[in-house]
Amino acid sequence: MIIQTKADIASSEITPKHVYDDRRKFLQQAGFGLAVGASGLLNSSLLAAAPAKAVQPKASTSLKLPNYTKTKYGIGEKLTSFDDVTSYNNYYEFGTGKDEPAINAKLFKPTPWTVSIEGEVKKNKTINIEDLLKLAPLEERIYRMRCVEGWSMVIPWIGLPLAQLIKWAEPTANAKYVEFVSLGDVQQMPGINLPILDWPYTEGLRMDEAMNPLTIMAVGLYGDVLPNQNGAPMRLIVPWKYGFKGGKAIVKIRFTEKMPQTTWMKAGPSEYGFYANVNPQVEHPRWSQSTEKRIGNGLFAGRIKTQMFNGYAEQVGQMYAGMDLRKHF
Amino acid sequence: MQVWIYENIFKLTQMLDIFGKAPDKQQLVRIKYMVFVLCLIPLSRLVWMGFNDDLGANPVEFVERSTGYWTLFILLATLSLTPIRLLTGRVWQLQLRRMLGLYMFFYACLHVITYLWLDYSFMWPDIIKDIIKHPYVLVGSAAFLLTIPLAVTSNNAMIRKLRDRWKPLHRAVYVIAILGVVHFLWLVKKDLREPLLFIAVLALLLGVRVYYSYIKPKKKA
Repeated sequence: MIIQTKADIASSEITPKHVYDDRRKFLQQAGFGLAVGASGLLNSSLLAAAPAKAVQPKASTSLKLPNYTKTKYGIGEKLTSFDDVTSYNNYYEFGTGKDEPAINAKLFKPTPWTVSIEGEVKKNKTINIEDLLKLAPLEERIYRMRCVEGWSMVIPWIGLPLAQLIKWAEPTANAKYVEFVSLGDVQQMPGINLPILDWPYTEGLRMDEAMNPLTIMAVGLYGDVLPNQNGAPMRLIVPWKYGFKGGKAIVKIRFTEKMPQTTWMKAGPSEYGFYANVNPQVEHPRWSQSTEKRIGNGLFAGRIKTQMFNGYAEQVGQMYAGMDLRKHF
Repeated sequence: MQVWIYENIFKLTQMLDIFGKAPDKQQLVRIKYMVFVLCLIPLSRLVWMGFNDDLGANPVEFVERSTGYWTLFILLATLSLTPIRLLTGRVWQLQLRRMLGLYMFFYACLHVITYLWLDYSFMWPDIIKDIIKHPYVLVGSAAFLLTIPLAVTSNNAMIRKLRDRWKPLHRAVYVIAILGVVHFLWLVKKDLREPLLFIAVLALLLGVRVYYSYIKPKKKA
């Protein structure tokens, strides 16, 4: 008879700690060492393609959110689970896989954080994240988020109206557009090593879009500070536009007279326009824009119809009156 | 550590070299069983993950990607059997070609069913619009349609029936492979590393064929 005793040593202790901690990287390197195309294929699919499951730690920050008030936005919408919101992210600074930001952003430091205000303003200035939180009362806004790739979520953001931040920034009469520049720190963001986008990530809005009451600078979700993979410590939320308009980890806000060139406009001028309003009538060369998959509805739920301006036409439609939205996509 | 890895790779290649001698009938049957089971792993994995609610936030996309990925992978495996013959003179592996080809078709079917059913819930107007408007879907659909006649004519009876026409018909696999990797390339937004790897492997496999059928004979002459 074999009497099995419980192992009194964890396998993580047998393997040298640095190798164990780096096991994913180690396996990739081992796979690469074989230098066989097939092994590379196996390696990337078997190891990297599995979706992230574990609940990821929240922002590694000392930041505490002040009290926030609930709002009428999104009442009655079924929220996308915290797990899905924090494990399925497009954040190329931390890797192009949807599961990579949750893994690679763990060590990201969202505090201390300073945002600089530049361009067409009375005077250049900076503000740190703690002071920014005091600019206006925080609000919870439950918004639909529609990704250009044809999927969507419903997320309870916490943030302040961008208009409040802009008022504080004191733009001049010349300011027609606002540019948002994200952090591009190669030390903390491994994805920046890949030259797939023109870093740092840059987005922009027309002044009236930026001042619209729907537009917020989000600093939290699900009642707490923003997790790193969702753009800690602050990110832009423009719910009637495709998700990529919402720059993450913003370090610079620049007011300009001319329309800024955004990262995705440079990456694919025929695919991504400056406006990027959710519009089921304007097709994208890759993805259907007339329907979308709601994340969290499961394998058999099918698609739902995409709404004009992501369902916010009443609040934002007038800004685009008379514009050819096929041309200005 | 590295030495250990290299030693084991060396041992592995030595073991594989047993196959340098053609396997006998019994061994070949065993190899076939092994390949048969191996090819079921990607599907088993999906089923397992599905039952454990482990397919991630976007399970449909995951199943779509995974089945598409393994379709292309097995297709490239099928196309590697002839280059192995050309480069090493071994021929026994050619006997795996039909099974691998059919497995490729099997995963392609799973991929297409996922798309039609799980992704689009058989909403035909939406599906037709998607195929017409998006080049990568169009190319992928064409590739899939081309695989059907090959699968249908893969049995012995059809091979006998088609005689001389069988081989030209089955050369369509090259078109399917090119359409397949282009389908992958056009689907990807910006990070092209994976599709480019597939394209590189396909180019290599086709390159070996081109070399042995056109360039090498000329050199001799």
